[in-house]
Formats: sequence, C-alpha cells, structure tokens
Amino acid sequence: MIKAILIFNNHGKPRLSKFYEHYSEDTQQQIIRETFHLVSKRDENVCNFLEGGMLIGGADNKLIYRHYATLYFVFCVDSSESELGILDLIQVFVETLDKCFENVCELDLIFHVDKVHNILAEMVMGGMVLETNMNEIVTQIDAQNKMEKSEAGLAGAPARAVSAVKNMNLPEMPRNINIGDISIKVPNLPSFK
Amino acid sequence: MQQIQDQAPPSMVKDSRMVEADEEKLIKKELAALKEQVSTPTTSLKQMRECLVRLIYCEMLGYEASFGYIHAIKLAQQGSLMEKRVGYLAVSLFLNESHELLLLLVNTVLKDLQSTNLLEVCMALTVASQLFPPDMIPAVLPLVEEKLQHSKEIIRRKAVLALYKFYLLAPNQVQHIHDKFRKALCDRDPGVMAASLHIYLLLIKENPGGYKDLTSSFVTILKQVVGGKLAVDFNYHSVPAPWLQIQLLRILRLLGKDDQITSELMYDILDESLRRAEINHNITYAILFECIQTVYTIHPKVDLLEKAAKCNGKFILSPKNNLKYLGLKALSYVIQQDMNLVLQHQMTIIECLDHPDPIIKRETLELLYRITNAQNVAVIVQKMLDYLRQSKDEYITISLVGKVAELAEKYAPTNEWFIQTMNAVFSVGGDMIPADIPNNFLRLLAEGFDDEVEDKQLRLYAVNSYLALLEKNNIHYPQRFLQVMSWVLGEYSYLKTEAKAEDIIQSLHYLLGKCSASLETKAWIFSAITKLFRLTLNVKVLPEVLQNYGNSMDSCLRQCSFELKQLVEDKEIMNTVLPLDESCNDIVVDASLSFLDGFVADALGHGAAPYKPHHQRQEERLSQEKVLNFEPYGLSFATSPQISSVTGRQSPTGLSFNSEISCNSTEAGLKDSDSLKLDGVKKVWGKEGYLRKKKESKEETVASPNSESDVTADFTSTAEKTAGLSAEEQEKKLLASSLFVGLGSNNLVSLMGKNQSTTQKFRRKSKIVEGQNSYERTMSTQKAIAPPLAQIPNLMDNVLESCNPFQESKAMLLRKTASDSAEVPTEEPAQESDEAWNSSNNLKTIRAVPSASKESISGLFADGNFDIVQPGNCNSALVAHEPNSSLSPGLPVEFAEHSHSKFELVCANENIALFSCKVWKEDCLLIVLFFTNRSSIEVTNATVNFALTDELQACESTDFPFPLVESLATVKCQLCLQMMKPCARVLLTGHVTYHLETSQQTQEEFALALFLTDFIRPLKLTTEEFGHLWLSLSNDVKQNLSFTSDSPEALTVALRTLQQELKLHIVDIIGAEGIVACQLLPSTSCLLHCRFHAGILSVWLRSGCCVLPDCLLYECQKVIQKL
Repeated sequence: MIKAILIFNNHGKPRLSKFYEHYSEDTQQQIIRETFHLVSKRDENVCNFLEGGMLIGGADNKLIYRHYATLYFVFCVDSSESELGILDLIQVFVETLDKCFENVCELDLIFHVDKVHNILAEMVMGGMVLETNMNEIVTQIDAQNKMEKSEAGLAGAPARAVSAVKNMNLPEMPRNINIGDISIKVPNLPSFK
Repeated sequence: MQQIQDQAPPSMVKDSRMVEADEEKLIKKELAALKEQVSTPTTSLKQMRECLVRLIYCEMLGYEASFGYIHAIKLAQQGSLMEKRVGYLAVSLFLNESHELLLLLVNTVLKDLQSTNLLEVCMALTVASQLFPPDMIPAVLPLVEEKLQHSKEIIRRKAVLALYKFYLLAPNQVQHIHDKFRKALCDRDPGVMAASLHIYLLLIKENPGGYKDLTSSFVTILKQVVGGKLAVDFNYHSVPAPWLQIQLLRILRLLGKDDQITSELMYDILDESLRRAEINHNITYAILFECIQTVYTIHPKVDLLEKAAKCNGKFILSPKNNLKYLGLKALSYVIQQDMNLVLQHQMTIIECLDHPDPIIKRETLELLYRITNAQNVAVIVQKMLDYLRQSKDEYITISLVGKVAELAEKYAPTNEWFIQTMNAVFSVGGDMIPADIPNNFLRLLAEGFDDEVEDKQLRLYAVNSYLALLEKNNIHYPQRFLQVMSWVLGEYSYLKTEAKAEDIIQSLHYLLGKCSASLETKAWIFSAITKLFRLTLNVKVLPEVLQNYGNSMDSCLRQCSFELKQLVEDKEIMNTVLPLDESCNDIVVDASLSFLDGFVADALGHGAAPYKPHHQRQEERLSQEKVLNFEPYGLSFATSPQISSVTGRQSPTGLSFNSEISCNSTEAGLKDSDSLKLDGVKKVWGKEGYLRKKKESKEETVASPNSESDVTADFTSTAEKTAGLSAEEQEKKLLASSLFVGLGSNNLVSLMGKNQSTTQKFRRKSKIVEGQNSYERTMSTQKAIAPPLAQIPNLMDNVLESCNPFQESKAMLLRKTASDSAEVPTEEPAQESDEAWNSSNNLKTIRAVPSASKESISGLFADGNFDIVQPGNCNSALVAHEPNSSLSPGLPVEFAEHSHSKFELVCANENIALFSCKVWKEDCLLIVLFFTNRSSIEVTNATVNFALTDELQACESTDFPFPLVESLATVKCQLCLQMMKPCARVLLTGHVTYHLETSQQTQEEFALALFLTDFIRPLKLTTEEFGHLWLSLSNDVKQNLSFTSDSPEALTVALRTLQQELKLHIVDIIGAEGIVACQLLPSTSCLLHCRFHAGILSVWLRSGCCVLPDCLLYECQKVIQKL
C-alpha cells in the first residue's frame, strides 16, 4: 500500500502532499521535512530507495523517490509494493503531468493544485494503484474536463437542457480489450457465504 | 483557473527565494483575506471554489485553515460538477476519519452515489474509501456493492477498491460479499480484474489455505498476460501489463509457499516469465525480481532455481545501483535456500561493502548478518561497527546495534572480544540504544553459566575494562553505558581483589559529580556506590558522599543517601538487602503489606471505614442513582471486570509477592510493563553450548591450518583467472576469505541455522523451570538490573520487612494463596423465572458462573471418550444417502435433550464415511463425529484428529484413536469446543487416518464450518444486573437497522426472532426499548440495547471483548433482514 505521496522542490518547499493514512497536521509537516532531509542529502548516482525514517512507520516502510530538475517526487510505501514498479509509476505520473500541462513545471503544480490531485486520484485510490496506463489517465482527465466545461457553459440554460448534459455519460474508452478467452474457473463453493 | 493565476499572491510564486518570515507574513495575510471572503454570504460558488483551492495550498504549506472546512463540505453539497470536484478534493485533504464534520458529508455522498452522472459517482466512491470510518460504512455499503454491477468499468474498478478499503477497516461488515469479489476477478474488463487482485493479495496473505482453488485461475491469467493476450494499450515499454504481472506473481508466491501440489501448477508460467523478461528495461527487472522471489519461496524445483540464480546475478552485477540494491536484497532472501549463491558473488559483496551509497552498504551488512557464523563473526561485526561509526541515522543505528549485540552474544569467540564488542556497541549506539540491549547484557553477566570459573573470568574482565575506561579523563560516555558500567562495578568489583573498593567508590563518586550524567544514571551510580560499601570497612569517603547528596535538591538522590547511611550503620541489614553475588535470586517482598495488618485493624477498631478501591466507589455511586439507567448512559468506564478482580484484594494476609503474581496472570502482565521486556530474546545461553565453546576453541587452534587451506581451495579457481593481482585486490581476497569462511558446501548445513547450537558460543543458562518462567525471569532481572529508581520502593520494603517483628519468615514464599478463588463472580446467579425465553430449542440458560462449566464437562466424559454404536441394518449405500435414518439412533441419549443439528456428511470415500452433528450444549459446542466403516473388512488404527485454530479451544484432547472398527460398524467421538476469539465463521479442519487390514495408511481430510451463533448462549440477568454490567463494559458498537414492520409489536417481534435465531436472552422490554443479553462461550458477555423508532431498530451492543459486538451485530443484521 502507498502511505503517502509527496512532491517538494530542491529547497524542501512542499508542492503536493497526499496522505493515504491519517496523520495530524503537525506530523504531516514533520514527515515532509524529514523526508526532504533524507532525500536531499543523497547523491545523484545512488539508488532511488531509502529505508523509511522512524516517522512514517518504521521497518516495513520504504521511500522511493525520483528527482526531476527542481522537484523531488517521493512515494512512501510499505513492503507490499514492488520497488521498481513504484519507480516506474512515478515516471508514469510525471509523464502524465507533462502531457496534461504541456511541459509541466513547478509553477503548474502551484497554480493547479486541484488538477494535479485529480490526476493523482485517477492513478492511485486510497493507497492502491488504480491505473498505470498513461493514455487511459489522460483520456479520463480530458473527458472530465470536457464534461465540466460543457456544464459550466450551460449554467444559464433551461433546467431540462442542463440535466440532459448532466446525464450524458463519459465516453467509453477505446480499449479494445479482448480478454474474452480468459475463462477463469471459479468453482461455486458452498462454503462461501 | 485563469483567474487564480492572475490573483495569485506573490508568495506562491517566489517563495523559494524568500525568507521564511516574509512568506509567513504573506500567507497569513492571504489567509485573513480568504477567511473574510468565505464568510461573506454574497460569495458565489465559483469564487468559493477558488478560495478553497488556495486554502488547500496554504494548508499544504502547514498553515492552519480549519475555518474553511465547513465551506468545503458545503461546496461538495451544493456545487455543480466543477465546484463539487474541488469541494470533494478539499474535504478529502482537510478532514480525517475521526473528524466531526464528516457526519455532514454522509448524505451528500449517498446522494452522489445514486447519481446518474459518472463523475459524481466516481467522486463519491473516492471520498467514501478515503474518509469513511468503520461505523459509517454500513450507510454506503449497499450502494457501493451495487456499483459492482455498473456498466462502466471505471465505476466497477473504483467500487472494488472502495470495498477493499472497507475490508481493511471492518472485515466483518464486508464478509458477505466475498463471492462478489470472485465476480470482479472474472470481470470482462482487465482493469477491474486487476483491482480485485489487491483484495485477493490481502485475503490470501491472511489465509493462504482458503484460496488454493483459485491458483489455476491466477496462473491462467498470468499466462495470458505474459503471452500478450491483452490489448496493446496495456503495454508499458512494450511489456504487457507489468504491474498486473507483479501482482499476480506475488499472489502465486503466497499460494505456493510450502505446498508442492500448488507450486507444481505454476512452474511452467514462472519459467516462461523468467525467459520472457529479456528486454533491458527497469520494468522487466521489476518482474524478474518478483519471479526470483517467487521461485525461491514456493516448493523448490531445481532448474527453476538455477535460472533464478542466474537472473539474480544480473541484478547484483549490474552497474545500476537500484538493481544492485535489489540483488542484494534478493540474495539475503535466497540465503535461506542456497548458500552457494553467496559464495558465487562474494567479490561483488566485498565491493558493495565499500560502496559510496550507504543504503547499499547497509543492505550488504544485512546480508552479512545472515551469513554470520562463529568463524567470521569478528570480521563482520567489525564491518558493522565501522558502518555504525559513520552513520548518523537514528533508525539505522538502532537496528544495527541490535544486530551486533545479537551476533556478539551468539558467536563470541572469547570473553575479551565479547566485552570489547559490547563496549563498542554501547559507546557507538549512544543514547539511541534500545533499553533491552544493556538489560540483556547485564542479565547475561548476572545469570552466568554453569561454569563458575568462566563466569568469574568474564565478570572480572568486564570490571577491569570498565575501570580502565573510567580512568580516562574527559571522555563523555553515553548514559546507558555509564549505567552498565556502574552496575557491573557495584555488583562484581569484589572479584578484583587487588583493587581497593575505596578507589572505585572514589571514581564513581567523581562520576556522580559530573553534570553530564542524567538523573537516572546518577541513581544507578549511587546504588553501585551503596553496594561497594559492602566490601569495605573504610568509610572515609562516606561523609563526603553523604554531605554532597544528603541535602541534594533531588529527592531521589537524597533518599539514596539516607539509605546508604542506614545501611552502612547496620551491616546485617546491608547483607540481607544487598547480598553479594546474588543478584539473580529473588528478594521476597511482602507486596500485600501484611505487616500493616495490625495498624489497619487498630484503625478499623477506632471506627475507620474499610478501604474500597476507586472503581468500586465510583460504580456504587453510579448504581445508586438509578436502577436502570438508559438515557443518557453517562461515562463509560474503561475498567474491565478482570482488572477489578485483581485490585480487589481479598485477603490482606500472608500473600507473598511471588505467589500472588504467579496465580494471577493479569497482574503479571501489568508488572511486566514496568519491568524489563525480555520477550523476543533468544535463550541461547545453555549448559551444552557453553561447555562446547571451550572444547571448540581448543579444536580450532589445532585445526586452523586445515580450515585455512579449505578456504584457499575455494579460491583457487578465481585465483587462476586473475594471475597478477594488485595489492588492493589481494586485500579484498583476504577479506573475502575471512568473511565467507565456513560457507563452503561442506558445512553448508550448519549455516542454515538448523545446527546453530553447535556454533553458538554464549548460551544463556536456562534456569527457568515450568510454568512461572516468564514471571520469574522478569522478577529476577527486575531485581538485578532494574534501574534503582524503580528499585527504591522495593529496597525500602525490604528494610521494612526485615525490621518487622511480625514477619513470618521466608516460608511465606511457599504459601500459594489461591487468589483466583478469591475472585467473586461479578454476575449473580440466574433468575429462575423465565417467561421471555421461549425454549423452542431446548437450551437451558446458563448461570453466569464461569467455574461451573468445567465440572460438568468432566462429569460427562467420566465414562470414557467414545462408545461403539452398532447401526445394525446399515449398508454402505444407505449410509451415504440417508445418514439420518440409519444413524440418528446413534446419538446418545444424554444429548437428545439438547438441541442439535442435522447430521452432515463431512467426508467419505468407498471405505469410510464421517458424519458430524453439532450439539449446542449450554457450556460448550459439542461436535459429535461418527466414523463409519463402509467396507467389508475391518479398519484398524483409525485416528481422528482435529486441528484447532486460534479462535477455538477444546476442553480435552483433539485426537481420538479407534484401534479397531469392524466392518459396517460406526464409532463416534466427541469434541467440546469453545470460542476464544470471536469471529463470524471459523473452519474446524481435521483429518482421519486409518489402515484397511494390512494395506497402507490412508488419510482423509475434512472441514466443518462453525459459526459464531454456535457459541452464543443466553445470559440470564435481571434488569438491575444488566445495568451494572452495562457500565462495566467498554467496547460498544451502535447501528441502525431498517425494519419494515410498522406494527406496535414490532420490537417484540424483532427481539423474539433474535432470541430464537441467536439464542439471546430478553432481559426486559420497556416501551419502545428492549434489553437483551447473551454470552459467547466460554464466558464473554455481550449486552444489547434495542430501541425501535419509525421503522428503524437502533441496536447498541456492549461487551468486554472488542470484536464480539461487531460480529454479533452482523448476525443480528442478517436475522433482521430476513424478517
């Protein structure tokens, strides 16, 4: 499970923080500070994994981070996540941001906190990885934006038209999934109540 | 968004270049402006949205913005899509699951879950999974479940993950949807299937045995993923769905562990995965890594192991640090299976020891820690200490210091080395060192071994080394190290005959005067000084000490100095209280303060009120207020009945500390908490091990040339390749030979930890006998090592005791007062009149006296465990089809009066059949198992064996042997069960083995599902008793159950149904409220308070056990739903 996702810049200023477990406001700030402290003193050519400090859960937890230009992306995860898998997930996240913002930079994260959070929410939900496919995420986000815009544009229109748009569904993603030949044999166990 | 950018305060743009203070000023100003704006009623929703985005940012920077929380909720409630999204986002960032404002959100979430708009449903699902606490889950659960059938995959996916979160929070509430998880696994969309794997990973981790049937499904899925059957969309760097593969490999690993048959199913696909992952990209390595771990976890297969080992080589030898790190990690995992792999990579490991990345270095040390043996311990410990000296990280220091101490204790080659290493540990570890390390060390010294001479040498060496260390001036030692030194010097200085006690006192006194020592340390030092005065008659230093600390500002030191004064004056008391070299023996402390009995009696005689413990006073006061206190219930007390029975001291006389505790586990537990924590410490100090050590050291010196040549032989091959070695490389080789010594294939086995006893040097003396061991250990060490701060009261007690003329000698220790018999049951015997209890199922209600049950069981089985029933006309076909008709006469008469279930066929083959029947006795669940021999020949040596899980407890043995069962005969056995841990459903598994004449032994496995309701019995209470008990129980759960009936009798109907279905006892019905009581066998009571109002039945459960209300609520829910 992913416990927290932190983004901060080279000076340790947080640019995004999302905690999937509850920590008090002060603890959150302390975690950000300590994580920055741990991560920032690492050289460029060392490995991207760190064993968690005392704060974010002790022995079981790891910090997996990547450093892009002025920003550090840090995922705090427990032992049930694959290190290399998360490392590539960060890459997917950054590429998605790049695509959504067209050349993402630190300022985008500042001015569009909500958008960044929305993108993140499409990737990770409640600490579990939801989607890892960049195109899929971008399509979802685009569709959502379109829907919101069309609704906003209709703000003055008669109520019936608004509800018509409101009930318009998201476009089905062109996924061409053909997994029909997966025939999972799930025996009907009587013991399952 | 554009607007925000225009208006954004400069703080958000250039804060990286700004001084902290400036930023703070700006943000504060911004917050003040926002506060004003959000509270203006004219602020439109759109403006509010912008305000909230800024609040989110401010709060992330660590500024308080709680004034905006309510507006976030409002926005989520009222806004259109765009505003709603920001509102929900703000809510999920601002609030947490225990925040009170969350209640305001429930209706919004419910509304949005039912919305036809996809986005709204998505948002509601996300918020529900992120924020909802267990008690709010029932509100949304049906709607979320519904979403599993939604036509859009994104919704199904999010619903699956939301259910996963609910499962994490409250497993009992999600129990009934397990089959829906299966549906999700078979979903036509791979995304939904992938999401369901999260759930399965968790479920399988908890119970690998329960999901073996899914193995082939997982293998099939993985096969298709690896085979590229998924759409190209799922590819990442042309690897098909890598994250999905990782997840599946992890699941297979859990399933295949220690299970050959299941493992065989996955060999093919693992082989293919290893082969396919050829492309040189990060993500393929991620898959490979999982593959390697899986191959090494499941039942081994030789050629797979070889391939995995080869792959692992790629990791370790990779120039990329990430891969190297993982390679080392895999290696320390693999070591349990294959030591040779370490030998293969020894040179790389040596290089990693000097790696610039401290994380890799640490992982290397972790690896070395696992391959440590008696021969390489010195080198490895040295490496670890070197690392410790460089590292500043607290977390790493703590874990590494523990490892060094463990290795030193296990494999120390000599006394000197051991003491030196421990000194290094104490000085390097500093004050971060966990308390158990010095405690263990001191315990080791104090308990010693069976060889007196060795003991003395070790102690003497410690004394010498500490004296030498103390002589060095101006060196700052960490507190714990000082404490260890002072204790050892106080206890064992007498061994060093040539040193004068006065000198040692003098230097300790000097240490005491240094301001660097903490108060705790000072107390340690002072007690060492006190002990040293045993050894000397020369009290020259005494006045000085007393003068310095007799008027100390600190009361602890002042008390110590007074004690010292008293003790020095009276050598006799001194020798009783602080005997020489007896730190391990228990001091008898009169914990019941019996010497005060006379005083108490006097006071009572003069009319003083007898003492009542605090909780008793409080409860009495409360119970006097009202007979049945329904609304409001007031405070709930955390005091559980167990604790109250402990503190309620019944017999104030002659109860020795020792016996009191050994009789009363709860109190032992309490005491434990303030004494030393010794669990988890390996008892390696034993007679054999220690003696062996001496022999071995001799052997070693003789055999050393031999073993060296062994080692060099290992290296000849590598040496040949690199003929001209540089000096540096030579050095590395030398290091390798010292590190990997003893890891050759010849003594491979001994390394695996199985034969470690032969290599362990220090083995702790196992002086503990029988039952009370844990307590005794704590006591002896508490006395020996506990910091004097804690010891002071004991010490004083001792003095008092020895001065006490009425003291009853040490024989007290032997008197085991049965303190448990003094416990008075909290509940009164049951009332006999029972109109509410409609005994349709013939169950007798239970008197709430726990001790009564055991006798009745033993009485029942006094005549033997089983008897043979001859079914007469039964032939095998009949048995299989109509077990009832042929077997019901077999149910013994004594059970017929109890209610019992139908016969169930639990397992059968052509020769035998097993039927079970549950008999719901009042004190236990009786499982009667009938073993029928259906063959035409005799069955011999049959044994029925039940495997009990933690949840269940049997009153007697779980093995039932039947030496001989004749053809077509049926025998039965019976098992009395009680539920120790409440759970809705538990599987009772077992197996039956038998021989058919001379043929081989056959084994059949069987499983019986037991339910919580099997263990629930009515608890007969009066309304008054219910009121009392209600207050004493602290775990409660409340829930509203919808209940369609509108009739005025609805409550009665509901309660009657509960009574019939769940065997509860209706205590009283007053108007629209009813109180109900039951107990979970053996003796956990649970009380229910039900109130019916407008089609809603509000149920409030309380129990002493925290899980029971949840489980019972679930059962009630099911019953009420059926109505």
